[in-house]
Amino acid sequence: MHYLRLILRNALRHKLRTALTVFGLVVAILSFGLLQTVVDAWYSGANNAAPNRLVTRNAISLTFAMPLAYRERIRAVDGVQAVAAANWFGGIYIDKRNFFPQFAVDAGPYFGMYREYRVNEDDFRAFLRDRKGAVVGRKLADTYGFRVGDTVPLQGTIFPGTWQFNVRAIYEGADPSTDTSQFFFHWEYLNETVKQRFPRRADSVGVFVVEIDNPDRAAEVSQAIDATFRNSLAETLTETERSFQIGFVKQTEAIVIAIRIVSYVVIFIILAVMANTMAMTARERMSEYATLKALGFGPAFVGTLILGESLAIAFAGCALGIALTFPVGDWFAAKMGTLFPVFAVSAGTVMLQMACAAAVGIIAALFPMRRAARVNIVEGLRAVG
Amino acid sequence: MGGCLSANLVHIAGVSKAYRRGAEVVPVLENINLDIAAGDFIALMGPSGSGKSTLLNLIAGIDKPSGGALEVAGTDITALPEAELAAWRARHVGFIFQFYNLMPVLTALENVELPLLLTTLPAAERRERAAAALAMVGLSDRLSHYPSELSGGQQQRVAIARAVISDPTILVADEPTGDLDRRSAEEVLGLMERLNAELGKTIVMVTHDPHAARRARRIVHLEKGELLPEDGASAAGQAG
Repeated sequence: MHYLRLILRNALRHKLRTALTVFGLVVAILSFGLLQTVVDAWYSGANNAAPNRLVTRNAISLTFAMPLAYRERIRAVDGVQAVAAANWFGGIYIDKRNFFPQFAVDAGPYFGMYREYRVNEDDFRAFLRDRKGAVVGRKLADTYGFRVGDTVPLQGTIFPGTWQFNVRAIYEGADPSTDTSQFFFHWEYLNETVKQRFPRRADSVGVFVVEIDNPDRAAEVSQAIDATFRNSLAETLTETERSFQIGFVKQTEAIVIAIRIVSYVVIFIILAVMANTMAMTARERMSEYATLKALGFGPAFVGTLILGESLAIAFAGCALGIALTFPVGDWFAAKMGTLFPVFAVSAGTVMLQMACAAAVGIIAALFPMRRAARVNIVEGLRAVG
Repeated sequence: MGGCLSANLVHIAGVSKAYRRGAEVVPVLENINLDIAAGDFIALMGPSGSGKSTLLNLIAGIDKPSGGALEVAGTDITALPEAELAAWRARHVGFIFQFYNLMPVLTALENVELPLLLTTLPAAERRERAAAALAMVGLSDRLSHYPSELSGGQQQRVAIARAVISDPTILVADEPTGDLDRRSAEEVLGLMERLNAELGKTIVMVTHDPHAARRARRIVHLEKGELLPEDGASAAGQAG
């Protein structure tokens, strides 16, 4: 008790200095948490991928389409339970800055595979009946104020022209990590319109999403699908949904690495600040440490006083930083709109924040601890604080 | 000043101490021979740089001699390793410093209780003893005051209470009145006299002040690192 009291009172001796150090820690822990959450958001697609879903695309590149006829041939492959065609639409809602992902999908099988998208049954039936119908995610609906019954105009870029969609349903996520920032409409509507406007591009599919009966057979089924189209005009590349998503992330991996590095640089900077604070503290109290040693306290007692103080300051900064990460993360996510479909501070990030704070507390105390523990009593008693 | 002196508590034979300053070796004490009886109250006097504080530090076990033998309370403290020496100090030495050296973040009671943390006494008994020690130095009404809320004289009395709380064999005091006004110095010296006379505490005090030295039973003079011969006269006579 005496010990804890000494540590806490020592930590509060220079209130301004301690407050500024804690403030620095709060900023660092908060920044670290937000940057790690940005990285998590980057990987959210891959992390949320189901192991029983495969994605088949043109082997040359995603920008090359595949014939619609592949759908039935894929469905016939052993182990395949369902297939859904999907195309990236890439439309603009009013302004280019209003970015959100839009997909034309085989609605029935697609939503059958993505059970994490929870849609009201009546609304979903209304969507199936309306060829211009659309299903939008909750986050997207909240961002732009879409409501069931609204008409949403999109300016096509890949498929030129103005497209009108009727919002028929809003889907919720099964859990907070589900992406609810997407916009889905009928692939048939896209194909029919393309047939009229650009007949040569009709019956072309961007990707096929494939549901398989056993995730353990993912590699085998993928190979079987690709073997089906070997030596055809549009050879395919089938991979798990997770691999497919990671492939996207890899295109921007340099940015992710940069963000990771910056997050640790922030921690390193606060470590330097904290180490300086503890060094100053120990230097000022050298005569007190010498007195304690003269009274018979060992170097371990003196060292632990410094370590305890350093950890107490780090803990205060860490606790405040973590507490602030959640509301600031929510605010940041709201400001970013649909740029990050899933922006949630994970338990892993909180653990990392705590580990970093503990490391800062311990490392910052090492040198002052060593110095104080080794202080020569006679010289220490002469020291002026 | 009453009380009888018994066998030697401190035995110093041929002790020397030198410091190294770069390549240069600076002798501070040379061939010191001194015995201090249990229950004695001795004042070490001498000009600045004469080595009196160094001798006090050696007796207190916070510094080690370069040569010679130094026994305190029957222990050759020059042979003790650091950890054992710390435990020995906790058991046998009470410190009174010129600038009190109290922990500023602890109250008077907590400061006095501090040395008892090294014992196995329960918290309640530690506090009881600390309160009694503060009562003995006349500070019963200042238990929860922090050092910054006390005068210099009061802080030194807290330091004396801290020094005696663990009932040490010897008290070492380095200029205990050096930072005090005359009245406070008198109080502190009176207290030390009482500790010596009534409780039989052996006290070794370094001082520049002849007036303070006169309160000791015996005065030892150091000059240029050497002990001057004692003439056997009373302390009052020598210091006066």
